[in-house]
Amino acid sequence: MKFVDEYRDPAAARDILRHITQLAEGNHYKFMEVCGGHTHTIYKHGIENVLPETVELVHGPGCPVCVIPMGRVDDAIAVAETPGVIFTSFGDMMRVPGGNGNLLEAKARGADVRMVYSPLDALRIAVANPDKQVVFFAVGFETTAPSTAVTVMKAMQKGVTNFSLFCNHVTIVPPLKAILDSPDLRLNGFLGPGHVSTVIGNRPYRFVPEKYGLPLVTAGFEPLDILQAILMLLRQIDEGRCEVENQYTRAVPEHGNLKALEILNEVFELRPHFEWRGLGFISQSALKLREKYAPWDAELRFSVPGVRVADPKACQCGEVLKGVIKPWECKVFGTACTPETPIGTCMVSSEGACAAYYNYGRFTKHQTVPVELTRSKTPEPV
Amino acid sequence: MCLGIPGQIVEILDPAEHRATADVDGVRREVNVGLVMGDAGGIKVGDWVLIHVGFAMTKIDEEEAASTLDFIKQLGSVYDDEIRDFSAEAPL
Repeated sequence: MKFVDEYRDPAAARDILRHITQLAEGNHYKFMEVCGGHTHTIYKHGIENVLPETVELVHGPGCPVCVIPMGRVDDAIAVAETPGVIFTSFGDMMRVPGGNGNLLEAKARGADVRMVYSPLDALRIAVANPDKQVVFFAVGFETTAPSTAVTVMKAMQKGVTNFSLFCNHVTIVPPLKAILDSPDLRLNGFLGPGHVSTVIGNRPYRFVPEKYGLPLVTAGFEPLDILQAILMLLRQIDEGRCEVENQYTRAVPEHGNLKALEILNEVFELRPHFEWRGLGFISQSALKLREKYAPWDAELRFSVPGVRVADPKACQCGEVLKGVIKPWECKVFGTACTPETPIGTCMVSSEGACAAYYNYGRFTKHQTVPVELTRSKTPEPV
Repeated sequence: MCLGIPGQIVEILDPAEHRATADVDGVRREVNVGLVMGDAGGIKVGDWVLIHVGFAMTKIDEEEAASTLDFIKQLGSVYDDEIRDFSAEAPL
């Protein structure tokens, strides 16, 4: 590891923390980290424990598996159980519970459900099985949606007609607006997501300062990145500025990946509305195939129930995704709901906030892990 | 999935079809490089990229690649799942 040391330098961390403490003194600031990857860094390195009490971090909706509502999982199972269908999915999504079990259970009942790494693998399965209908369960933010778009364009170019898409791609900006419009939470700024921003760039976040008067700093995943981004937020507030800043210039180009954005726009259009787990229906927050690509739309090809299913009463993923409660405040966290037997999506995906807390042994507010800014093994859950 | 995993391009298989081989922490697999070919300098053997679901999405430098790989390794199951999926053949 010849490079990482500079991002874990304890002296640099102490220096940034001293500035954070000075700038935050006498106030209470609540910042949301949008991305599940940031949540991991924060708990892995005990950043919450070294921040002054005047700075609080809350977790956001940035986990693409976590925001898929139960009704869509039931729809996926209905398509998967249609005779003659090979249903393909990323591994994470196969464990997400719907109202009627999950895709792994559907597979055990006899449905042909296959895990794929890439949408291109699903297309290859379609080419190899011309007598079957191959459906790809497309999920994810703008990090994965361009890959799906390229795959659909290839299906059209190569005339692969037995391939279709059950599309659940969502976009990152609308849920941020929904959270800002919600009365549940008063925020002072955002740590902008890392890898989504490599695709969309920083421009789409400008509404945060312009309409809501809050700063946003796109952040990298190292502990020092997170601390520096927090300091950049506090400096903006201190200096009376309010803008979108990029702490993660190493990977995030200001304008994003223009080719990926062009292809997204070629293949997809916004749905009028889409249900998000815990956040409810958000208008223009998800993608569907454009008319030109309608022959590859599984929702037009198959009978999809489209029934809305309420989340289990005990599950509080919605409040976790909105940053209203911490995972340990959920009644079933770590007891009925664990990564082995998840009730809610935030525990299923390794990018989810509950899985992050659980894996780092964070079962209560006061339980702490040692603060360390050098590499070490993940503590075992207690 | 939403977190990209860094890999190094070790072979360009078919430029017209945007096919290349990437090495992620010693594991090799075909990836699609069509979304980064228009970047400054194009895409060539030796370049480092962030890979999401089999597609190179962003060119990064070697230092950022090492830092990101180290970060993902620390996530434990995230890394294990990603490498398992990355190395898996399509179940044809």
